[in-house]
Amino acid sequence: MLTRTLLLGAASALAMVSFANAETLTIATVNNGDMVRMQKLTDDFTKKNPDIKLEWVTLEENVLRQRVTTDIATKGGQYDIMTIGTYEVPIWAKQGWLLPLDGLAKDYNKDDLLPAIRDAVSVDGKLYASPFYGESAMVMYRKDLAEKAGVTIPEKPTWDQIAEAAKKMTDKSTETYGICLRGKAGWGENMALLTATANSFGARWFDEKWHPQFDQPEWKHALKFYVDLMKEAGPPGASSNGFNENLALFQTGKCGIWIDATVAASFVTNPKESKVADKVGYALFPTGGVENHGNWLWAWNLGVPAGTKKAEAAQKFISWATDKAYTELVASKEGWANVPPGTRTSLYANAEYQKAAPFAKITLDAMTAANTSKPTVKPVPYTGGQFVAIPEFQGIGTAVGQQFSAALAGSMSVDQALQGAQALTTREMTKGGYIK
Amino acid sequence: MARATTTRSKVIFTVIGWTIGFLIFFPILWTFLTSFKSEGAAVATPPQFLFFDWTLENYREVQSRSDYFKHFTNSVVISVGSTLIGLALAIPAAWAMAFSPTKRTKDILMWMLSTKMMPAVGVLVPLYLIFRDWGLLDTRLGLVAVLTMINLPIIVWMLYTYFKEIPGEILEAARMDGASLMKEIVYVLTPMAVPGIASTMLLNIILAWNEAFWTLNLTAANAAPLTAFIASYSSPEGLFWAKLSAASTMAIAPILIMGWFSQKQLVRGLTFGAVK
Repeated sequence: MLTRTLLLGAASALAMVSFANAETLTIATVNNGDMVRMQKLTDDFTKKNPDIKLEWVTLEENVLRQRVTTDIATKGGQYDIMTIGTYEVPIWAKQGWLLPLDGLAKDYNKDDLLPAIRDAVSVDGKLYASPFYGESAMVMYRKDLAEKAGVTIPEKPTWDQIAEAAKKMTDKSTETYGICLRGKAGWGENMALLTATANSFGARWFDEKWHPQFDQPEWKHALKFYVDLMKEAGPPGASSNGFNENLALFQTGKCGIWIDATVAASFVTNPKESKVADKVGYALFPTGGVENHGNWLWAWNLGVPAGTKKAEAAQKFISWATDKAYTELVASKEGWANVPPGTRTSLYANAEYQKAAPFAKITLDAMTAANTSKPTVKPVPYTGGQFVAIPEFQGIGTAVGQQFSAALAGSMSVDQALQGAQALTTREMTKGGYIK
Repeated sequence: MARATTTRSKVIFTVIGWTIGFLIFFPILWTFLTSFKSEGAAVATPPQFLFFDWTLENYREVQSRSDYFKHFTNSVVISVGSTLIGLALAIPAAWAMAFSPTKRTKDILMWMLSTKMMPAVGVLVPLYLIFRDWGLLDTRLGLVAVLTMINLPIIVWMLYTYFKEIPGEILEAARMDGASLMKEIVYVLTPMAVPGIASTMLLNIILAWNEAFWTLNLTAANAAPLTAFIASYSSPEGLFWAKLSAASTMAIAPILIMGWFSQKQLVRGLTFGAVK
């Protein structure tokens, strides 16, 4: 048995070598609806390119991030294509970890990409990853509950209007809560929402010299507003709610307003899974006294790591998966509502898509309103909307998120949370060499 | 009167025992039930316990999306392989420590155990680089090696405790009768230590089966075991609880069944030497 095990191990090592000759692309990706759909449709690609085989590695987002970061930082060469976010692309490109995508197919129309998204995945005018689907954030609300409560939510609401509507929609006796917002700690969980919210209140993470700004009145205003609103009109246990928990609450009819990623719209309007599919209204991300809609912008992109030996085939696949023809392929097989959103201008000009996706216009408005190179009203030394595009942000963002989640849970006050955030961010930024 | 008290306490202890057992088992039961629900029913509030539309849709979906058998084979090879190599290394080591201890035996044992105290992520990058240079990334051979090393301290410790229970006099008697060292280990020591070795083996297979740090970080497509199979169904953006539950049920079923059949051995092995 022992010998057999060793032989099996050796055989699998050999198998890897022989695979390498047959041009197999190993693609690392996240498990979400659009990516799963792409995996199902790859027959179309392999028929057109019989010399290329595809091998998928699907992982949960955080596991994937850790996995691909280890691999790319050590030039492990395990993957030929990686699915990465707009947070990673500029950082990795500057490190020289990603290949510039200069071998994409001829009919890949770079100018058709939404400008905000294209900028987010480009460094010095070169494209370093190709967006597969993109999202911003917006308000989703129950039209029926708003009507019952006698409130209207304008297309460009302010936070005060949202708060008023949420309080009126709340009916705790029927477990209906006016507003559901993220509370679970994490740089991509509650801090995405709170950074965007802070932007809309005129707050910023750092001043021009990288000094943290949690001791400024704008942050206090934003955080206090969030905690007070959630206490009055939010669901119980909100400090452990992330995207999924809020999605479950909203689609089972427990939430009046949910402010989150635009991609949620396709879930809550799906009559198979959502009880409120035909009752959802949309509005832009609220403003809090300054002209700023949060600047939330995210995209999942396909990039080619510098360690791969199959760059040409990899770019062939990326061209297939992210060009306009792919959206038409999805539309023909699964309908226009299932097309990956938020990457191409042409999609939003398509009448059939607009008809199939009632949230198309607002998604486009939200995405065009987002400006990640100037995320806040006051000047800042960083880019990124609902995150700060520096490598340290994952760690700092999650630690600050824990403070704010504790403030929401009531185990510390808003002031204590802000003081904690200020202290830990100052410490980390000094350690990182930003604060001289 | 005395009898009544005994019966009552018996009933109480039985109830407590079953309650604790049920509580521990509940997450697995819930996962199992959820795997037969639709995605909508999986997140319904209040939760639906038994009265929902049972469906096999999730299993069908999981089957069509992933190659379960490949992941399963990898899991078996990795867990069984690492356990057997581990035992082959640990039996002589534990024998030496138990029957001819030196002044430093205890220290060596402690040192071995101390290697388990370091968080795995601390050596991720160095190990990753070694694996990359030796071409071991995403190979079963590499995973067998790393899991063997990780679990070796536990195997040595467990075997050491079992071997300590065996009277040295019996081995001496064998030696008096002219048995060689090899014969002594194979014909005298091993048969007496079989329950201990068996339970060590079973426990180690379970540990290796469940290992989810190295098996996720050192594999990609070829050597990924069932841990990666489960991880591919988890998502922070989208409600896929039912599919995730179906994948989890499929991943734990083999080891659960193995544990069920061998529970007597496991319990006996784990309590071996508990009462002196």
